[in-house]
Amino acid sequence: MLEINDLKASIDGKAILKGLDLNVKDGEVHAIMGPNGSGKSTLAQVLAGRDTYQVEGGSVSWDGIDLLALPAEERARAGLFLAFQYPVEIPGVSNAYFLKAAVNATRRHRGLPEFDAFDFLARVKAEMQAVGMKEEFLYRSVNEGFSGGEKKRNEMLQMSLLEPKLAILDETDSGLDIDALKIVAEGVNRLRSPERSLIVITHYQRLLDYIVPDQVHVLAKGRIVRSGGRELALELEEHGYGWIGEADAATAAGGPR
Amino acid sequence: MSATTQADPIGNFLEQDYPAGFVTELETDSVPKGLSEDVIRMISARKGEPGFMLEWRLDAYRRWLTMTAPQWAQVSFPEIDFQDIVYYSAPKSKKDGPQSLDDVDPELLRTFEKLGVPLHERARLAGVAVDAVFDSVSVGTTFKKELGEHGIIFCSFSEAVKEHPELVRKYLGSVVPPGDNFYAALNSAVFSDGSFVFVPKGVKCPMELSTYFRINARDTGQFERTLIIAEEGASVSYLEGCTAPMRDENQLHAAVVELIALDDAKIKYSTVQNWYPGDKDGKGGIYNFVTKRGDCRGARSHISWTQVETGSAITWKYPSVILRGDDSVGDFYSVALSNHRQQADTGTKMIHMGRNTRSTILSKGISAGHGSNAFRGLVRVTPKAEGARNYTQCDSLLIGDRCAAHTFPTIEVRHPSARVEHEATTSRIGEDQLFYAMQRGISAEDAVSMIVNGFCREVFKELPMEFAVEAQKLLGVSLEGSIG
Repeated sequence: MLEINDLKASIDGKAILKGLDLNVKDGEVHAIMGPNGSGKSTLAQVLAGRDTYQVEGGSVSWDGIDLLALPAEERARAGLFLAFQYPVEIPGVSNAYFLKAAVNATRRHRGLPEFDAFDFLARVKAEMQAVGMKEEFLYRSVNEGFSGGEKKRNEMLQMSLLEPKLAILDETDSGLDIDALKIVAEGVNRLRSPERSLIVITHYQRLLDYIVPDQVHVLAKGRIVRSGGRELALELEEHGYGWIGEADAATAAGGPR
Repeated sequence: MSATTQADPIGNFLEQDYPAGFVTELETDSVPKGLSEDVIRMISARKGEPGFMLEWRLDAYRRWLTMTAPQWAQVSFPEIDFQDIVYYSAPKSKKDGPQSLDDVDPELLRTFEKLGVPLHERARLAGVAVDAVFDSVSVGTTFKKELGEHGIIFCSFSEAVKEHPELVRKYLGSVVPPGDNFYAALNSAVFSDGSFVFVPKGVKCPMELSTYFRINARDTGQFERTLIIAEEGASVSYLEGCTAPMRDENQLHAAVVELIALDDAKIKYSTVQNWYPGDKDGKGGIYNFVTKRGDCRGARSHISWTQVETGSAITWKYPSVILRGDDSVGDFYSVALSNHRQQADTGTKMIHMGRNTRSTILSKGISAGHGSNAFRGLVRVTPKAEGARNYTQCDSLLIGDRCAAHTFPTIEVRHPSARVEHEATTSRIGEDQLFYAMQRGISAEDAVSMIVNGFCREVFKELPMEFAVEAQKLLGVSLEGSIG
C-alpha cells in the first residue's frame, strides 16, 4: 500500500509538485496522465529518490515505512522499480554484468543467496525471450547504441528480473511503435499480481488499450485534479487536456482538496 | 543537476586512506644533502663500483650541469632545489650489504610483508620472482637460484655492476644516453640501485619477474635504474610496483628504464605505480619524473609497455619504443588516474625505423576532483620505415566538473606507405548514470568502480592476471574523494 499525502517537491527552487495525494493499494494498476510539464516525471523521480529534486513537504508511506527517508538504492532493494523514460547509457559496462549486480544486490537485501553466473544466465535468458530481446544484448554495454525500443525492452527485462513490489513506468510508451508497445504491455501484464502495484505514467491513452488500469488520475500543475476509472482516459483522448477545464485548473492552483 | 548533489554519492565512496603511507623506523646510512662531484664519488665508493662506472656518472653529471629542466609538460610545481635532496640513503646493515634474505633486517622484511610483498620465497605467489628496492638499495631478490639454472640473471643493479660489468658496460645508456634529458642525466649521475635482467638467447623466462620500489627516508630522492636485455628469441615479462609513506614534503623519483630486445625477442613491461599522491589539498606526494624507453633492436622483436598510474603528485613519463628492427612491434597500454590535485602528463613515443614495423597505443586517462590528465604522444615514421603502421586510441573519462583532460598527439610521417590512425574520445561519469545504477539497487561506489573498470578493461587485460586484480582494487582506492 502506497500512500502519498500532500507531497510538495521542487527542482532548483522551482515548485513542481504542489500538494499531491495518491493512494495505490497492493495489486492495483494506476495510470497517471497529464499534459507536459504537469509534474508526472517529477513524481516518478521523487518516489525513486533522485536527490536533484527537493522534497518541500508532505509524506509518502509505503507499507508503513517512510519512503522519503530511504536513499535511492535502498528503495530499489526494497522493491521499488522505476522504468526510465530515457534509459541511461553506460559505456564499457556489459548489460549482463550490470543486471547481475542489480539482481544480486536485491537478493542480498532480501536474504536470498546470490546467483552465480550460471544460474543468472539461465534466468536472464528465459526473461529475455519473454520480452523479445536477443541474447547479444547481454554482452553489449548497458543501453549503448540501443534503439529507443531496445532500451524500453531492456527496462522491461530489468523489471521482470528484479520482481518489484511497486513498479513505476515513466512514459515507457513514448517513442514506441505499436509492436514494441504491445511487447511492453505484455511485460507489464505478466507482472500483474495481487501483491504488486503498478503506476503507469503516460501522456497518451493508447498504452491503456493494452494495460487496463484500475484507476486513472489526471495530473495538472503539480496536483491530481481528477480521478476515475478507465473511461476517464478515453474521455481525455477524445477531448484533449484542454477539456479538464478551467475549474480543475483553478482547483489545482488553490488550497488543499 | 547541481554540483553538490552530484558530489555525495561519488565523494563518499572515494574517501579512503592511502594504505601504504606508513614509515619504517630504521637506522640509515645516508650521504649529506646536496649534489656535487664529491657526492657522486661518495655514492660510487659506497657501492664499491669499478672505475668505468664512476667516470660514466661524472660525465652524466657534467652534462646535467649544462641542462635545464623541461618546461613543456602540462604540469605546474614549484622549482625543485636539487641541493636540498639526499641522493643516497640505505638501511644500515650489519655487513656491507645483505648477502641473502637471511641477512636482511627483519624490520625491512616486515615492511614489505605489510605492503603485500613478502620476500620469503615460500610465501610468494607461485611463479613470481621479486627484487625489493628500499630507498637507494636492493634489499633482496628472490628465486635467483632457479632463474640461474636457465641462465637468466635477475639481480639488483649494484650486483650486476660488480658481477657482470661486461654486460652493464655494453648495454647501459645504449637506449637512454646519459645526456638524453634533464632527469635522465640526473639519474645517470646519482642512480643508486634498481633491477637488472638478462635473458640469454632462446630462453623463455619461466616466471614473472618483478621489482617492488619503496621510498621510506625523508628528503630522499629515489633514482633507480632498470636494465632489461632479452637476447635472440628470448622472452620475459616484468612488473614493477611502487609505494611511499605519506609525507608533507614532495619527494623526487627520477628513474630510468632501458629495455633491449634482439631478434625475435619479446619484453613485456608492466607498471603499477602507486607512489604517495599527496593529500586532497595537494600537500606532499612524489614527483615521478621517469624516462622509460625500449629498443626493438632486432628483427621481429616485440616490446610492450603496460602501465597503471594511480599515484604520485606529478607524473611525467613517456614509455617509448624505438622500432629499429624490421617487422618489430611496439605497444603502449596505459591507465592514468589523477584525483584531488594530482597532475599527470604521460604518453608514449613510437619511433618507426625498420620496415613493416607496427605499433599500438591505447591510453585511458581518468580525471577526478581537481586532477589534470594529459596524454602526450608522438608517432614518427622515418624515411626508411616502409609499410609502418600505427593505431592510436586515446580515451578520457571525467568524474565531476572540476577536473581536466588534455590530449597532445603528434604524428610525423616521412614514408608514403605508412598507415597511421588516431581516435580519441572523452566521456564523463554523470549523475544520471549513478542514479540509474542506484535505482537498480547498486550502490554508488559499486557503480563508479563498475564504470571505471569498464573504461579500463582493455588495458587491464594486458596485465598479468594476478596484477590485474590488484590494479582494479587500487583504482578504487585511488579514486577516493574525487568529488566533494
